[in-house]
Amino acid sequence: MDRLRKTYGDKVAVDGISLSVHQGEIFGILGPNGAGKSTTVESIAGLRVGDRGSIRVHGIDPWTDRAAVTEVLGVQLQEAKLQPRITVQEALELWSAFYPDPEPWAALAERLGLGDHLRQQFENLSGGQQQRLSIALALIGRPRVVVLDELTTGLDPRARREVWDLVRDVRDRGVTVILVTHSMEEAQTLCDRIAIVDSGRIRALDTPAGLIDSASAATITTFETSVPIDLASLRELDGVTAARSEHGTVTVEGADGVALAVIDALRAQGAAPQRLRVAAGTLDAAYLDLTEADAETETDTDQETVR
Amino acid sequence: MTSPTAAVIRTETILFARERLALFWIVLFPSLLLVALGLVPSFREHNPDFGGRRLIDLYVPVTVLLSMIMAAIMTMPATLTSYRESGVLRRLGTTPARPASILLGQVLVHAAAVAASSVIVIVIGWVLFDTPLPGSLVGYAVAYVLALAVSLGIGTAITAVSPNAKAGQVVGMVVFFPSMFTAGVYFPVEVFGGTVRDIISFTPYGAASNALNDATSGTFPQLMDLAVMGGWAVVLYLIAVRTFRWE
Repeated sequence: MDRLRKTYGDKVAVDGISLSVHQGEIFGILGPNGAGKSTTVESIAGLRVGDRGSIRVHGIDPWTDRAAVTEVLGVQLQEAKLQPRITVQEALELWSAFYPDPEPWAALAERLGLGDHLRQQFENLSGGQQQRLSIALALIGRPRVVVLDELTTGLDPRARREVWDLVRDVRDRGVTVILVTHSMEEAQTLCDRIAIVDSGRIRALDTPAGLIDSASAATITTFETSVPIDLASLRELDGVTAARSEHGTVTVEGADGVALAVIDALRAQGAAPQRLRVAAGTLDAAYLDLTEADAETETDTDQETVR
Repeated sequence: MTSPTAAVIRTETILFARERLALFWIVLFPSLLLVALGLVPSFREHNPDFGGRRLIDLYVPVTVLLSMIMAAIMTMPATLTSYRESGVLRRLGTTPARPASILLGQVLVHAAAVAASSVIVIVIGWVLFDTPLPGSLVGYAVAYVLALAVSLGIGTAITAVSPNAKAGQVVGMVVFFPSMFTAGVYFPVEVFGGTVRDIISFTPYGAASNALNDATSGTFPQLMDLAVMGGWAVVLYLIAVRTFRWE
């Protein structure tokens, strides 16, 4: 995808996104609501035509050759329902008729836990069942690329894990997965690479681990002390980005290796840390950090223009 | 039945068979109305004002049009606007099946239901009340096909101009009552004369009513009535094509 741009009236939904997704990876597009995620994937599916830029899916231009792209791309859209009275089996059979070599639908339904609901009508399915049927339909044509938009919204934790396993399964069979989500946990556990999108632009693009490392809170060190300690001196340590104390528990955030420096500093102060824990930062923190940093930069530019 | 379009049409047929309420209004209600009216003695009296025909004779074409109105104005736009609103059309757009195939499927199942209803109405009238069968078969066929085409044109135009299902219902209602009136459901069109009749004759169902009555009496429908229906059909399909949105 090269410099995709799409506007609705005055509103810029996607503002120059360029990215390339490798064959056989799970690529996450992560961002807040209204960030331009859905517009991006709808452009990939050929449902929308960008104002500028270009997209190729296995060499096919989805904007000029939508029919061809539907053969290699399976799509599960956010909030797209089926006919209310269609049964699970009828939907699976109908979608099977769309493709030259469909996956056997019975086995697929079984794997997605729909085996007992084949005769149930769509409107009588629970939200999670509707979601799983939608995923099944996206996979039935043996696509080479599958787009899953808000995959696990409305699923209970067990169903979520099952769907995640299925997505890994699909990837392991060589299918490229483009996963749109606003769930950090989902992005962190599933994705090989993640693009963080906000206000129609890519803010960061890296592996989950890479994103966490690049954030200010790559590691989080917490401990308790019986004696008051000097937080200011901790903040001055190399690599530390934040240090705070709440109810006797001290939290220090910073780059890799900060923990050792903190322990040394405490020893110098004569304080013995108890219940010491060092944890890797979460994508959550990295995400907030990245979008926050960006918000600040934007404010700065605004002020400059005002001056 | 392997092509995506055929599969979509087949599925829409199965789904339509589950819509009992729609089937009642399109297939059953027109015949029930005809039987109820036929049981009223005064409807079976020959009336010199209608060229010796009875009121019940006039109501056979009226109930034929009634089923078209029910299908094209009441049920089809409701289904299509809800398909659009809930993302069914968008979803189909991501598959090798064209979303247009679902429109085609809906048009076909509604047309088939109307045709079945018409046959039932004509046969019931003939068997129970000795109403005349179409005198000019060719004329009847031409008038019927045009009336059905203009009806489905109204339905697709309502779907196209309505931004959502709720608006579709409102627009449908606004179109529904004048259609019922001009088709002669309240009083057969033949009751009117003079300017009122002329005005009615320029509406789709007024012209359809004239044409079906002529063909039933054994004369070929007047070209003016056929032209009015054809003109409306062209205008309505143009509106539909120009304003239709898939989402």
